[in-house]
This record gives sequence, structure tokens and C-alpha cells, in this order.
Amino acid sequence: MSNNNGNNNGNNGNNEKMVTITIDDKQFMVPEGKRLLWAALENGVYIPHLCALEEEEKPSAGCRLCFVEIEGFLNPVTSCTQPVKEGMIVRTRSKRIDRMVKNGFELLLSNHRLNCGKCAANGSCELQKIARERGLKLRVSRMRKLENDAPIDDSPENFSYDPAKCVLCGRCVWVDHNMAKVGAIGMVRRGMSRRVATFGETALAESNCTQCGECVRACPVGALAVKE
Amino acid sequence: MSTDVTVMESKYQELKKRASEKAAVLQEKPYVMVGTATCGRAAGALKILDVFKEEVQKHQVEAEVMEVGCLGHCYAEPMVIVYKPGFPALCYGNVDEGIASRLVSDFLVGDDPCFEFAMAALEPNDFFPTFADYPRGVYEQKIVLEACGLIDPEEIDHYIARDGYSALVRALAAEPGAVVDEIKDSRLRGRGGAGFPTGKKWEICRNADAGEKYVICNADEGDPGAFMDRALLESNPHQLIEGLIIAAYAVGASQGYIYVRAEYPLAIDRLRTALQQARDNGLLGDNILGSGFSFDIRIFQGSGAFVCGEETALIASIEGKPGIPSHRPPFPAVSGLRGKPTLIDNVKTLSYVPHIMRNGAEWFKGIGTPESPGTAVFALAGKVVGTGLVEVPMGTSLRTLIYDVGNGIKDDKGFKAVQIGGPSGGCLPESALDLTIDFDSLQHAGAMMGSGGLVVLDEDDCMVEIARFFLEFTQNESCGKCTFCRLGTKQMLEILTDITKGQGKPEDLELLWELAEDIKAGSLCGLGKTAPNPVLSTLRFFRDEYEVHIHEGRCPARKCKDLISYRIVPQKCSKLCDACIASCPVEAVFTRPDMLKEIDLEKCVKCDNCLVTCLPLYDAVEKVSPPITVAVEGGSASE
Repeated sequence: MSNNNGNNNGNNGNNEKMVTITIDDKQFMVPEGKRLLWAALENGVYIPHLCALEEEEKPSAGCRLCFVEIEGFLNPVTSCTQPVKEGMIVRTRSKRIDRMVKNGFELLLSNHRLNCGKCAANGSCELQKIARERGLKLRVSRMRKLENDAPIDDSPENFSYDPAKCVLCGRCVWVDHNMAKVGAIGMVRRGMSRRVATFGETALAESNCTQCGECVRACPVGALAVKE
Repeated sequence: MSTDVTVMESKYQELKKRASEKAAVLQEKPYVMVGTATCGRAAGALKILDVFKEEVQKHQVEAEVMEVGCLGHCYAEPMVIVYKPGFPALCYGNVDEGIASRLVSDFLVGDDPCFEFAMAALEPNDFFPTFADYPRGVYEQKIVLEACGLIDPEEIDHYIARDGYSALVRALAAEPGAVVDEIKDSRLRGRGGAGFPTGKKWEICRNADAGEKYVICNADEGDPGAFMDRALLESNPHQLIEGLIIAAYAVGASQGYIYVRAEYPLAIDRLRTALQQARDNGLLGDNILGSGFSFDIRIFQGSGAFVCGEETALIASIEGKPGIPSHRPPFPAVSGLRGKPTLIDNVKTLSYVPHIMRNGAEWFKGIGTPESPGTAVFALAGKVVGTGLVEVPMGTSLRTLIYDVGNGIKDDKGFKAVQIGGPSGGCLPESALDLTIDFDSLQHAGAMMGSGGLVVLDEDDCMVEIARFFLEFTQNESCGKCTFCRLGTKQMLEILTDITKGQGKPEDLELLWELAEDIKAGSLCGLGKTAPNPVLSTLRFFRDEYEVHIHEGRCPARKCKDLISYRIVPQKCSKLCDACIASCPVEAVFTRPDMLKEIDLEKCVKCDNCLVTCLPLYDAVEKVSPPITVAVEGGSASE
């Protein structure tokens, strides 16, 4: 990020001007200032991602999976935070990127309750999609399994929250605050104890949650899932 | 501006005159200065302060007893300075109640300066050496620490008498752009650790187009073993305040914050007093010194999260949000606190500013190295004789720092490594001792200037355990937002813990290295990006120690508890001594029929008590690694 002057805040705004960028040797016309991740996805180029939401003005950039290499940048860049510029040359795959995505992915899986067969998100899970797209294994082999034994909250009528499946992407919190405008959930605690919770860490049904289901739709995995 | 300048000048001269007169009066009668910064207090300085007050009253001596900050000689705390007209001001170290009362009765009442307890004189004289006469004094060059421990931090006149706030007058008399240019020209680099050019940051913030701007002093010092900022805050708060006002004037800010961790209550107290004094003297607030420039400073107390030292997390914390970092850009200098351009500088960085404004950029560039001008402040700790706070020119070698300034390794042990830069830094081996210290050389060698913690490690320190210790710290302090830092450091910690327990696998080292590299490249903020440094540097320079742990189940430094056993060497043990038995908390040491002592390994909790107890007596207890395996039957031990 050495030659980024910090003037662009990543907001694509109403700018209609189109620029040409190159992703993996293919050229694309995209609106100037649009964030690279969305420019790529819209043009059919897959970049792994979990936490990104296009509507979000300030990307949280927490999942660290959408790395790409951009010519002129020393280090890999998160594509969710990077506005496109005329002439930008991007690589979504390289030895370095592939390893970072693999290790980042495996780290998430090392802390994920893997039970795809019985998971409501089976088939629609973003983790499965990343594994398929990048040829990665869901079962952790090299890393230690970091068990998460936080209990499931199945207090809502139609859905439940399983912290052990949560990848802490924060999408549910964002939609709760900005789309549903309820503010029932937020991130609490730090480090390995970080989790999504209500105020006072009560059960969802005992909070001001309206059970509108926005968060369930936003969840990229099976942590917030509709009850069978 | 010209009328303003004369108004400012005359207002300042008034302050200066009052301060100088006070300083002159101070020299007319005896005084005692007790170093009561946190470091001194930990060693009992407040008790010493009381003793001085009582004794002075008892003997009816007309002497002022003052509290001052830290002189930087931690190993000699509590320290006092005693002055009596006709004698040079003398500094005494390791002062206890007895010495304190004798200094009053013998020196202040009688005329015996008790040279037997004195460390050094403060100015050259015919009786006693000064600090400059010791090796440490030869290599030290104090700029920001110069007045620390010599002035009362709660007395603004002490600071003004030493030309304090004259740099502010000079800055206010110039155009803000000229002040930025002066700092740019000085090539001052941020002392928070990364070494970003300060002037450049000021320029970006100054050029940012906004009506409202903020300046923040980052005093959220949190590295284990680092206490430079605390000492500066407690010993010379006005120096920082002056620097912050100049910074605000240069970038065009009207509100400033000092973000101090709540764990520094004394620093906060002294800062509060200093801020009020600055306001009372027209140096802070509306229309500073009649210049037309208005600026005020608020103290914000951080509540215990290490990551709040990271600037985006710090800003979030002031805004009332959880202290969690966010992606940069935008950088705070463009869009920071409440979305406004915000200048954030470290305590040390801002403390240099008045000196540069007073003495000029050329003077500053004359010290240190071309790329890293000025001095470096280090908290010397660990297995070094002269622990303390030292300030040396950039470009000083590690060898000079440890062996001359720090007086060498404790107990004549062998040097093993030096850990620089705290949890973000790295461990450098003996071969790096001749490295000259500056921002770039350290980074290049695999360490980091960091905030300036410098821990000396000797032959008894296990490098795997050191790496594990620092990683445990950062892992605990990870905010948990990003995958690599939250889970990556946890994975690394698990691996390291396994290795120190003798459960490491050969393939672990490759995974450890790979994770370290990816966490460094892939983390969101500086905490994660630097967290693997202690592991990377120890893997690079001390890989053999890792391998011995894994392949031989042995800890070469005999530090990892699971890989050692204690045993009593029969040839050295005395039949007549029971000291080890008395020292054992779990009754693991017993007397054999032949009266020699032995350790029941099944009971032994490896607390080290017996070894420490026996060491000065017979030195018969030793640690062995790999551990002695206990035979299942009978409880007797065999190797």
C-alpha cells in the first residue's frame, strides 16, 4: 500500500466515469472508484470473501480472504477496500495469494464446528464455495483444532445462532444496525472470545430483537440459520 | 503579526523573569529532591519523602523537600538529590530510611555530604565525580530526558526557568507552514515505533482541507517492559504539552487530546496539574500568549486495551466506540477523529519538538545518523546490570548500549540475545551486537525500534519460551476482528506451547514459519502485522533451540518446566544441612538413610526453591534436561 496517497476513501459514489482495469490478463470496463472486489465479482471473476457488503461505506476488512496482487503494490491488498483506478493490473491468483487464502481459510475452519451434513447452510455456504473455487479442504489437517464450546442460542422462533459456526464477519451486525435498524446485536469481547451477542449477552428472544430475519439472510455460513 | 510578536515576547519574558527569580531563590538554601515517579514509588520513594520531611522538621533545617520525576537509574531507586549551598548538588541512590535521616543530620545539619552513599554530583566539582564521568554518562546524550528528575513536574516555573515554552513563542511568531518546514527539515521520525517522518505527517494534516482538525498525543504505552512514555509524563509533562501546542499550531488544530492509559494514574495527575498551570499562565486556552491562536487539551483515559495504541483503534476509543482498528487508508491525518484530519504523535516524538524549535533543525540533524537523526530512548531491562531509562544518539551500537551504558550482563553470565521493540520486535543474537541502532538497521536485522523496550537475555533464557511469552501477550491483546491475528496468533501460540512442553512435531516449524509470514502480510493492523516478529527472529537466529526441543525433548537453557528435572548432586550435598527440605513447599525433598538429600520427582513441582536456597550454600541442586524419567515402581529415580 506504499504508493497509495490515502485520498480515496473507497466510496464509489455517483461517479459515472468508466476505467479499464486488467484482472488475470482480461480487460474490464468498470466505474472509477468502485471497489475492486465488487468490480471483479460483477464481471464474473471470483475472489473469496466473507465479511464484505457492497452497501457498507467503510469495509470492515476483517475476514482477510479477498487478497489480490496489484502491480505497483509491494504487498497483497484486500480487494474489498481497494478502489479501482485506470490501468490497474490485478492478479487474483499467485503462489503468494493462494497460500494466504489457504492459510486464512484453514484458520477459520480450525475454529469452525464442521457438520455440513446437518447444517442448514449446506450447499449455500460461502465456506463451501471458497473450498470449491480454490480447491481447498474443509477438514483441517495441519492446524490444531480450536474448539469453541459456546452454547447455541435457539431462543428465536424461526432461527438460531451457533457461535461455533460463526466466522465473525460482522455482516449480521451491519444489517441489523443499517438495514433492519434494530440494533439488537453487536460484537462483544476481544480476541478469541469475540462473538456476536445482544446487549448484556442475553438470549436473542429476551433482547429487543424483532426476529425480522435480516441477519439470517446476511450470514454467509450456517451460524445464523433458519430452524428446520 | 509583528505587534503580536512583541506582545507574546513580553508576556513570555514576564513568566521567564518570575521563574528565574524563583530558581535563584531555590539555590540560596538547601533542598532535597526525591524521585517519586512510579519507578521510585515502587522502590519506596514515598516513605523516603516522609522521612526527609520529618527529619527536616525535627532538626529545624530550613530546607525545601520536593518531589521530582525519574532520573532513569532504575537499579538505584529510590534516588534523591540533596543540595546545600557551598556543595555541589549530590545524587544518592538506593536510599533507605537510615540514609535519608543521616543525609539530614550529617549533611544538612552537619557538613558531611556522606560521600559513602553518593552516586554522582550533578555538576563538575573538586570533590566528587559527576554522571558524565561514568561510562554510561559518556555514551548517553539526553535531550527529552534531560530535565527529567531534576525539575518538579508539578511546578511550571521549574520548566520555564529552563527556557520552557520559549519554543512555543518562537513557533507562534512564525507562520504555521514554517513550523512544519522546520520539523520536516529536522527529519524527526515518529518515536512510536514505525519511524514515519513526523514532518511529512504534519504536512499532510496541515494541507488537509477542513475547518476543524485535531491533534492527539498517543500515550497509550503498553509494551511489557517499556516505560519511557510514563517517565516522560511523570517527570516533565510541560515538555510534551509545549510540543503538542506547537503541533496544533502547525497543523491548524484547536482541540487536542492526550490519550493516556488509565493504568498510569500518577502520570494523569501530573498531566492534569500541568495543563491547569499552562492555562493559568496563558500558555493554553484562548488566545495563547496574546497570539490570537486558541487551543486546549483534554486528557482521555484509555481503559486497558493494548490495541488502542494503534491509531485507528485509539480514535475509535475516543469516539466512544470499541477500541478496534479499521482499514487504512484513509489515514487519520486525512480523516481521523470524527472524520476530521487528525495528527497523532507519540509522547517522545512530541517531546522532541520544543527542542527542535529552540535549537533548530540543523542542531537536531547533527545528532544521530543521517536517516534517523536525534536520540533513541530505551528502557533497559532484563539481565543487564544497569537497568533503567537511557537516551543515546541513534547509531550507537548494541554492544555499547549493553556493555558500556548498561554495564554488562548480571552475574557474569553469558550473553545470549537482546529483545528489542517489545512484542512487536525481535530477538537479535550475539552476532548482531555491533549493529548500530536506528530505525532502518533494526528493521533490516529482523527487530524493530518499537517503543524502545530493550530486554537483555542471558544463557539461562530459553528462546522458544521468550517467543511464546511475547506471542501470548499479543494473542491476548488481539481485538479479534481479523482472521489472521485472532486465529493465526492462537495457532502459533498452541504450536509454541506444545514445543515448550516437548510435544512439538518436526513439521511444526514449517507451519509456524508459514503462519508467521502470512499473519505479518495479512493482518489488518500493526498489532497483527508485527505480532509474529519475536517468532520469526528467534526461528531465524535460534532455530537449533527449537529443533532440540522437538527432536531431543531437551531445553538447552533448562527453562521449560516440562523438559527439566531437579536433582541433588550427592557429591556436593552436605549431610548436615536441611535448607532444601525447609524450602520445598510440597515435601518433595527428603533425607536418605545415608543423610544425603534427594528429590521425589513425582512430588516435585519444579518451583526452583531448593536450587535457589542451596546455591549460596553448597550449589548441590541442579537442573537436568531432558527430564529424568521416573520408574513406575518404588518411586526411585534413574536417568
